[in-house]
Amino acid sequence: MERRTLFPGRLLPALLIMPQLVLTVVFFLWPAIQAIKSSLEREDAFGTSTEFVGLDNFADLFADPLYLAAIGRTAVFCACVTAASMGVALVLAVLADTEIRGRAFYRTMLIWPYAVAPAMAAVLWVLMFHPQIGLVGAWLNRIGIAWDYKLDGTQAMALVILAAAWKQISYNFIFFLAGLQAIPKTIIEAARIDGARGFRRFRTILLPLLMPTVYFLLVVDLVYAAFDTFATVYAVNGGGPGQSTQTLVLKVYLDGVVNANVGSSSAQSVVLMAGVIVLCALQFRFLGRKAAT
Amino acid sequence: MAGLRLDGLRKSFGSTEILKGVDLALADGEMLVIVGASGCGKSTLLRIVAGLETPTSGRVLIDGRDVTDLDPSARDVAMVFQNYALYPHMSVFENMAYGLKIRGLPRSEIRAKVDAASALLGLEALLERKPRQLSGGQRQRVAMGRAIVRDPKLFLFDEPLSNLDAKLRVQMRGEIRRLQRRLKVTSLYVTHDQVEAMTLGDRLLVMHQGVPVQLATPTEVFERPADTYVAGFIGSPAMNLLPGILGRNGTMVRVADTDIDLGLRRFDRPDGHPVILGIRPEHVRPDASGMTWPVEVVEHLGSEMLVHAGRPGDASLTLKTANGAAVSDTIQVAFPAAHLHIFDQATGLRIKA
Ligand SMILES: Nc1ncnc2c1ncn2[C@@H]1O[C@H](COP(=O)(O)OP(=O)(O)O)[C@@H](O)[C@H]1O
Ligand SMILES: [Mg+2]
Repeated sequence: MERRTLFPGRLLPALLIMPQLVLTVVFFLWPAIQAIKSSLEREDAFGTSTEFVGLDNFADLFADPLYLAAIGRTAVFCACVTAASMGVALVLAVLADTEIRGRAFYRTMLIWPYAVAPAMAAVLWVLMFHPQIGLVGAWLNRIGIAWDYKLDGTQAMALVILAAAWKQISYNFIFFLAGLQAIPKTIIEAARIDGARGFRRFRTILLPLLMPTVYFLLVVDLVYAAFDTFATVYAVNGGGPGQSTQTLVLKVYLDGVVNANVGSSSAQSVVLMAGVIVLCALQFRFLGRKAAT
Repeated sequence: MAGLRLDGLRKSFGSTEILKGVDLALADGEMLVIVGASGCGKSTLLRIVAGLETPTSGRVLIDGRDVTDLDPSARDVAMVFQNYALYPHMSVFENMAYGLKIRGLPRSEIRAKVDAASALLGLEALLERKPRQLSGGQRQRVAMGRAIVRDPKLFLFDEPLSNLDAKLRVQMRGEIRRLQRRLKVTSLYVTHDQVEAMTLGDRLLVMHQGVPVQLATPTEVFERPADTYVAGFIGSPAMNLLPGILGRNGTMVRVADTDIDLGLRRFDRPDGHPVILGIRPEHVRPDASGMTWPVEVVEHLGSEMLVHAGRPGDASLTLKTANGAAVSDTIQVAFPAAHLHIFDQATGLRIKA
């Protein structure tokens, strides 16, 4: 049965949603409109005058090899972060779902990283992988691997992927564990009696029944990796060395705030906004479908 | 096909002992029904046989082989669950084929076996459907089919009919019996429903709080219940159990102030021994010269009526009769000696004549 609370009149309901509305307008709608407006304008070098240039900023953007490289880089980053965090989370969830002593403790520990602030997560990984003072980084150099993420772009990318993926593992873990526990025990027992064991049972019974969770997390993780990793990536190495860890969100910031190219930066924001909208639409469609069945 | 033997099975969860020593032997092709109230440990017993639980002590032997420590997959048993436990993402065909695929049977053989089983169960038209597109009875059939195609050494049924409506239950009950007779698979069938137990089993095992109290044919269990628990559990409405005192060299029981003659039988206990006199409601006979009971409630069942009578104090009596004229504020009844059961009041066990 549906439960509804009815508020009398119009004033009270309006007042109740007002804080949300104000926040949305001030922190989302207003900047979004500003971004769209700026993306259609160009400032002169001194910022004294602006002129309307139509879609020129967008045309420039997609003709810019650096921007195209950033798109590619972001795609790789998103794919790796999503795959790594989902993969590890799934393995941990399957393990945590088995009957083991002290599993409540493990589960709690596994959920902790989610509560760590993104910049802190980055610092943690930097401290571990610092070529001189980091536990792992110094050890790598000792055994003869030239590890320095501040010089090597690929290593820097690996490190930001690691840091970003680690933060998302907890979130995925919670959903995977809940998904696994929602599978009726008798179905798994029926499979055991049918002779299915180990990975075969996982692949033919558990995974198919877990697919709704997989789809959901795929979208959530992609959105996270693409738009929500600024703090982590920026704190590791500020997008460097060079541009090797400059993902699209970092580029918006670096071009707009650091390099003061407001027109291009705004156009980039608008492109990102379109990306978010597409992903969210996908997610809503998926969730809508799930609710309907 | 094969026999099943259970040797001194015990199971505890934490400090509570759920199964308190179960010994059992099933002949090849036999259908044994385990019946008992909810929570008496029936499912636990079945799950131990399947290998889903490990016993605290005792052994499970299938076909003479000790399987106590084997994984379910290595035991070659099939189980039908109460909630069917069909794989929701697989079609009816795939549900039945799954166990065969795991065993690596060739495709053509799987097809043939599934076709044969679905013909047997009338599922031919549903093979492409998913479980959620089936009715309860159809799901039940698929679960049966999944067990049958495997051609296992042993069938295990855990209250497979309790999620069906009454009419379907009667129909499926008959079908299960026919199938089992035809396939001659040794079967262990668990239920809390005594009618199911009486109609399905070659033999019954009545369980009470983790203890097997009687193992016998349905007729034997009904006609000679081993103790007061079985007497009260099997048969509907339940057998009347009246406390009394044995007398006259074990040929009479005194209930309240009335001496009830035990006929030609003589029960081997000293006079004055406290006993329980048992008689089924359908055997209590209205008799103008008999014992007088105040009538409490009369239930009309069409051709017959069920009379609940009560003695001031504790004893109550239920009887079934077609003789409406005998029923007023009171009723006089006789207890025919041939239908009387005598139990020991202290132990509840049946006293043999
Ligand atoms: N995994 C378990 N852990 C603890 N107690 C259990 C477990 N499984 C069953 N029990 C207990 O064992 C008793 C018997 O359960 P069960 O065998 O399912 O009874 P039945 O099938 O006869 O209704 C119940 O009291 C139940 O609570
Ligand atoms: Mg049960």
